Amino acid sequence: MKKYLKPINLMELLRPLGQLIVFSLGSAAVLSIIVLALAIVLNNTAAGDKIFAQLKVSLFAYTVANLPQVLVDGLTLGFVYAAIALGYTMVYGVLEFINFAHSEIFAIGAFVGVEILIALQNAGLIGSGSSLFMDYVFLILAMLAGMAVAGGAAIAMERIAYRPLRNAPRLVPLISAIGVSFFLQDAIRLTESLTTGQFNRIFPTFGNFDKRITFGKIPMGAAELPFSVPIKSFIVIIAAVLMLVVLNYLVNATKVGKAIRAVAQDRATASLMGIDVNHIIAITFLIGGALGGAAGLLYALKFTRIDPYVGFYPGLKAFTAAVLGGIGNLTGALLGGIILGLLETFAGSYLSIFTMGAAGVEYKDIFAFAILILVLIFRPNGLLGENVTEKV
Amino acid sequence: MSNLSFKDLKTTMQSGYLPYLLAGAHVLIGTILVYLNQRSIIAFLVLLSSFFSLYRIKADMRYKLFIGAVLALIIIPVLGVRNIFYLEVIFQISVFSALALGLNIVVGFAGLLDLGYVAFYAVGAYLWAFFGSKQFYTLPYTPGSQPTDLPFLLPSDMFYLFIFLAVIVAAITGILLGLPVLRVRGDYLAIVTLGFGEVIRVLAANLDKPLNFTNGPQGITPIQRPPMPQSVVDGFNAIFGKLVGHQADVSALYNVMFYLMALGIIVIIIIVSRRLEDSKIGRAWAAVREDETAAIAMGIPLVKTKLSAFAAGASFAGAMGVLLAASRTFISPESFSFMQSIGVLAMVILGGQGSIPGAVLGAATITILNLQVLQGLSLYLSQLRQSDAVIPIINFAWKNLSSQLDPAQYQRMIFGLILVLMMVFRPEGILPAQRRIKKLASESAPNKE
Repeated sequence: MKKYLKPINLMELLRPLGQLIVFSLGSAAVLSIIVLALAIVLNNTAAGDKIFAQLKVSLFAYTVANLPQVLVDGLTLGFVYAAIALGYTMVYGVLEFINFAHSEIFAIGAFVGVEILIALQNAGLIGSGSSLFMDYVFLILAMLAGMAVAGGAAIAMERIAYRPLRNAPRLVPLISAIGVSFFLQDAIRLTESLTTGQFNRIFPTFGNFDKRITFGKIPMGAAELPFSVPIKSFIVIIAAVLMLVVLNYLVNATKVGKAIRAVAQDRATASLMGIDVNHIIAITFLIGGALGGAAGLLYALKFTRIDPYVGFYPGLKAFTAAVLGGIGNLTGALLGGIILGLLETFAGSYLSIFTMGAAGVEYKDIFAFAILILVLIFRPNGLLGENVTEKV
Repeated sequence: MSNLSFKDLKTTMQSGYLPYLLAGAHVLIGTILVYLNQRSIIAFLVLLSSFFSLYRIKADMRYKLFIGAVLALIIIPVLGVRNIFYLEVIFQISVFSALALGLNIVVGFAGLLDLGYVAFYAVGAYLWAFFGSKQFYTLPYTPGSQPTDLPFLLPSDMFYLFIFLAVIVAAITGILLGLPVLRVRGDYLAIVTLGFGEVIRVLAANLDKPLNFTNGPQGITPIQRPPMPQSVVDGFNAIFGKLVGHQADVSALYNVMFYLMALGIIVIIIIVSRRLEDSKIGRAWAAVREDETAAIAMGIPLVKTKLSAFAAGASFAGAMGVLLAASRTFISPESFSFMQSIGVLAMVILGGQGSIPGAVLGAATITILNLQVLQGLSLYLSQLRQSDAVIPIINFAWKNLSSQLDPAQYQRMIFGLILVLMMVFRPEGILPAQRRIKKLASESAPNKE
């Protein structure tokens, strides 16, 4: 038993926390400065006049007053993206292949969690009258169940659709992954329709997740804008940070993590060193899938409504986040997720005002693609990626 | 009898005059079956599969072409006008065949996975939708608020010009997209093209403000069709009126016309693909597909080669887009979703990457699956639901079957299954390209890295 009781490597626990704080503050600061600069520039143009006519405040004051709320929302979203992006980046690191179906693993996690919570609500265990403590316990249990099922699904997926193709040309497993993704979307829909009669599910209201903690009021011209954060945002952030720290520890400070890194570096040599490559790849899928599943439930908690196709956009954005940070790089996925979440929220909140309604929140979904293309053109290895030459 | 193996049977069937007779009989039986049955999937399949048996028989090329032309240009239009349902199916098959052939150039020949192929289709469709409708005059109006008495921008015979314009515009779009992204590696390219497809769709759905270019999610209607002289209608009725059984009207003949146009575009694509495949550029595509690094070492200009494949594929989709806009007289962003792109990809993969007959076969199979088999099943299930029938052994009444179980709604599942199964069990497709057969035969030993 002694070999499992190694001293905990404190450094590895603290380092990702530090990184998260630096990344969050850094990207938030940079983006805020950009937005504020834009607001100053646009203050005296037609866009500024329009806001003034509507709300009797200058565009700059409006931007400043909304900033805290946008930052908190952006960070919440960013942590969800980061958790999904880790799944992409881990699989890519080990197999050099885009697991396109990761977005459906995310959806599976969301559905399993939400269905369990709905069942608990119907059984009267959560909802009105239940104790707050039990609400949290059940939320955590639902999340664990979602993680388990999603991780299992990821392993099954790897075994059935990817392992037979491991030595095939590069695009073959990718096409297979797209097939798995499409198949799973409708498989979820079919299962949901047959068991519940509908495939749009709503996260049940229970506990105090929707309650908002008010931090004060921000003056905006004559009016005051309340600055409040819903409790669920805190839950999302704390859960995501916990997962990220645990994952980081697992990969960088344990024996399994060492094996994963070895397989990622050189599969053949790792196998010669006595590492069971198939086993390690399965573990990678399990970890990535479990993270994706947890992110799914967090997403459902934040956005309430889920459907079988819910994973598509978050999946693509998380992939963009992984590429932005440098695919194959865990720290990069965190950074990419945070930046992308913030960017998207900024775009959703300010684009419409800055462009006087010509382009607004409806473009936020394609914002990620613009970033993806720009990154691939100017820095294909991502922000934190090293320069690797392709193996021939 | 026992030593007459399947192989012997095959050789007998492929020698002498027998193949001529068999193929001719197949066409004839198919024609009669479809003529007698109003709405039968099996009869229609017999007729359509006669194209395939024509393709496979060992016979004089002139005979094959002649029978094929009679089948495609006379029999199918007449049967189609007689029963418009068949014409719709065959038109869809033609459209998707053309798209699959275009994508085949990009995916099959050059090995570039394009997940946003319908974006180019959308470019063509919106090009004619904008210039061939009243949309130009509705620019200042928000959707729904425009006056009803606006004129059309261009005369309807400009349609033919726009087919060529769409080829150019789509090719330019392909080049503009390709220039920055074709430098990235294959799997990134797939995601970028996916993103591009979504960008085009979201733009189409949202460019109704500040100026109303696309009329938003409602889509543009009416879009003009090219003029159809009354003499053509009268001529058709005079010649085929007896066979059809009723007087054909203009709309039926429009369907025939668009079907024939799609057929024409398919023929052009096939000829172009064939010629390109063994040309200098086709070999460059194959080289890039097989090994980029080696291709560069051989002095092949990588980006230029990829761009040409991208542009060639895009241009055909653009032309089909114009055809779609005119034939439907209505388009909306819905028609250009990611699922459509994957559908076309599934057609190419099913038939065989790089294989021209494969692309057509894939398109026909998946279109029939979508339009006939899945919808037929849905119809059948809904009839069962209304009846009092019970599944015998498990004693389950059909009435209690969930109305959510509607096979027509589960196209994604079919596409997904096709992609996975083909990749795992038969990556070269049903009708593999010749070059790929050679390659896969020599590659039986497991690959290193």
